[in-house]
Amino acid sequence: MLEKALTGSKRYWTWVIMLLGIIGVGFIAYMYQLQEGLGITGLSRDVSWGFYIAQFTFLVGVAASAVMLVIPYYLHNYKKFGKIVILGEFLAISAVTMCMLFILVDMGQPMRVMNVVLHPTPNSVMFWDAVVLNGYLFINLIVGWTTLGAERKSLPPPNWVKPLIYLSIPWAVSIHTVTAFLYAGLPGRHLWLTAIMAARFLASAFAAGPALLILLVMFVRKTSKFDAGTEAIQSLAKIVTYAMITNVFFFLLEVFTAMYSNIPGHMHPIKYLFVGLDGHTNLVPFMWTATVLAFLGIGLLVNPATRKNESILPFALIAVFISAWIDKGMGLVVGGFIPNPFEKVTEYSPTIPELAITLGVYAVGFLVLTVLYKVAIGVKEDNAYDTGHH
Amino acid sequence: MSMDRRRFLKIAGVSTVLGLGGASVMNGLSRRGLEASQATVTPDPKGLTAKRWGFAIDVNKLGSPADYQKCIDACHNIHNVPSIENPKHEVKWIWNETYEHSFPGTEHEYMNHEFKEKNFLLLCNHCAQPACVRVCPTQATFKRKDGVVMQDMHRCIGCRFCMAACPFGARSFNYRDPRGKDANGKPFIKVENKTFPTRMIGVVEKCTMCYERLAIGQQPACAEASNGAIVFGDLEDPNSEVRKIINSKYTIRRKPELGTQPSIYYVIGGSEHA
Amino acid sequence: MYNGGKIIAGMLVFLAFFTFPFYYNLGKANARPEPKLNTPVIQQLAEKKCVESRDFMRAEHMQLLNDWRDSVVRDNNRIYKNREGKEFSISLQNTCMNCHSNKKEFCDKCHNYMAVKPYCFSCHIEPKENKS
Repeated sequence: MLEKALTGSKRYWTWVIMLLGIIGVGFIAYMYQLQEGLGITGLSRDVSWGFYIAQFTFLVGVAASAVMLVIPYYLHNYKKFGKIVILGEFLAISAVTMCMLFILVDMGQPMRVMNVVLHPTPNSVMFWDAVVLNGYLFINLIVGWTTLGAERKSLPPPNWVKPLIYLSIPWAVSIHTVTAFLYAGLPGRHLWLTAIMAARFLASAFAAGPALLILLVMFVRKTSKFDAGTEAIQSLAKIVTYAMITNVFFFLLEVFTAMYSNIPGHMHPIKYLFVGLDGHTNLVPFMWTATVLAFLGIGLLVNPATRKNESILPFALIAVFISAWIDKGMGLVVGGFIPNPFEKVTEYSPTIPELAITLGVYAVGFLVLTVLYKVAIGVKEDNAYDTGHH
Repeated sequence: MSMDRRRFLKIAGVSTVLGLGGASVMNGLSRRGLEASQATVTPDPKGLTAKRWGFAIDVNKLGSPADYQKCIDACHNIHNVPSIENPKHEVKWIWNETYEHSFPGTEHEYMNHEFKEKNFLLLCNHCAQPACVRVCPTQATFKRKDGVVMQDMHRCIGCRFCMAACPFGARSFNYRDPRGKDANGKPFIKVENKTFPTRMIGVVEKCTMCYERLAIGQQPACAEASNGAIVFGDLEDPNSEVRKIINSKYTIRRKPELGTQPSIYYVIGGSEHA
Repeated sequence: MYNGGKIIAGMLVFLAFFTFPFYYNLGKANARPEPKLNTPVIQQLAEKKCVESRDFMRAEHMQLLNDWRDSVVRDNNRIYKNREGKEFSISLQNTCMNCHSNKKEFCDKCHNYMAVKPYCFSCHIEPKENKS
């Protein structure tokens, strides 16, 4: 099936070459980082995780969100998702690939990465994160490829793949829960020390992931003969709506607990994010942007008239996506480190090489996504053509 | 607690088979087994031992900034700790910090200024329940039986999970090559101690309670340089000097509410105030 | 053959690349490395012997060093007693390199020949080379 990615229009190849170019630039920047150390990033003794880990955290959510298609389709037999469930699974593959790369580029000694396998440490959440992410990647690769292969031959997917599909549901929940546990189990980081973190992660994931998926589906509809159907898009949009409302609700719970209890340690990071702390306000404009976009997105999605209007819907989805990206990426990761254990503020902002490496990883992800989507849509177009003739 | 060479080889062998496999392993195992089967590794008999090492730091005996600096220099010189000016990339094993930043949340508006600004010597707390050890994915940081929270810089992958976990800011990451030079061309390590290694970029480091000195019967460098202000000993031994101080004087620990059980006690008041 | 010309050309290019190291090094002198043992400390030794036999050290020094570092850093075992009952303090920097103070003529000789780059000395401090 992979051969379908080897033939394409001029636009397709321009896109692929552009991605390869960005990957090349990112790779050169990464060589520079390997040589000089992580000192070339904006990271510091106080803010020791930054842009890379923020993208990682956010993208685990995008990966997990495939389950929002798998549950309705496979558990509730919601046929409208039948055509796009593969796109959700392939998006998950691309997202998990990026997650792994972001972890790798964040490491100080990446050539020692196999130490995690050589000295397995079950009490470390990071060990479990490596296990569940790799597992999720393989499940989606096997399920996605097998079901698409069957579809190509106009056959139902083989029976042996069914248990894997069902397994992928709790597994998707596990990847984001374990990722939340990376943060939520640490003493002395007040923004992260919260029982609701895994739940909030899932809520924001089920908003941002499907939002991206709808945008991709709309793009695919424009550029190919494959149409997912309005109903599938609208159903997904409803999922985005309620997940985003839940996400904002969970966030407000956090704000209430911290502010009403009036415990300084709990209030400090939230104050830093929204009004600044000790005169440090780097993230304030971003967090307010995220807030405005969240409410704007929800407003446009809740209202059936604007949600159903397909020229407005993309803007609502982009608003939701960017809002979740800011909040769960930079806001959560950087905010957790501020103030530091001495109640002092060291701010963080990414450097240019750091951004180049980040873009490079995203380009790898998009290249994986492009190839997988090209294959999937190629298969679907062929089938549509065949059925049209029979 | 000596581990004989045979057990050593078994572990090495099994991990090699699991990790690498191949005929060379079998070959190596049999030959090594013959050659060095009687070789053993044991601790140095001169080494100091304890059930749980800890410190009592008497802040009243550390009067002037020079007193602090002596302890800091003793440690940083022996361990080839680079002095990097940029606070973002700073590496430190022991340093000083004012009361309000050492014990955040306990300062108050009526506190006398002198005490609020009083300097405390901070270093790794060698917690009994260390969060850093719990989170490390490779056991590069681990707890020894004698209470030392060790850092194996050979094994560290530089993920910095331990830095996120440590509530005491005791860990430093090598953002820059510690053997490198600053903007003025001066090396970060001013004088090398030729008997101790440096570190390399990309690993986390911290105070190791002078494990290399304990092993040959010496006190930690900071305690030795402190003129009696830092007392080092076995917290589990009721007759040790450190226990006597803790029993007779008022001491505090950093962030005890987090349950990590620091092994460093700061002596605040004398016995008459206790 | 369909597209035969292209396939054959492609295979030739691949072969040229694949065999590049062979013809690149063809005819170049490739003398066997002779690590030097003539440091002042070694010359003063009554019995010129390492911690284990020469054969063992040649074949297994990397494994021994690996075991040694775990032994010291992780188990606090710092005394190595070889099978002859002789004791050594386990330390790359202070024991090994005390005798083998000629890293360039000793370690690097074989490592360069074999094109291996152990990173021991990224942290452990090399002895000052004494040109004797």
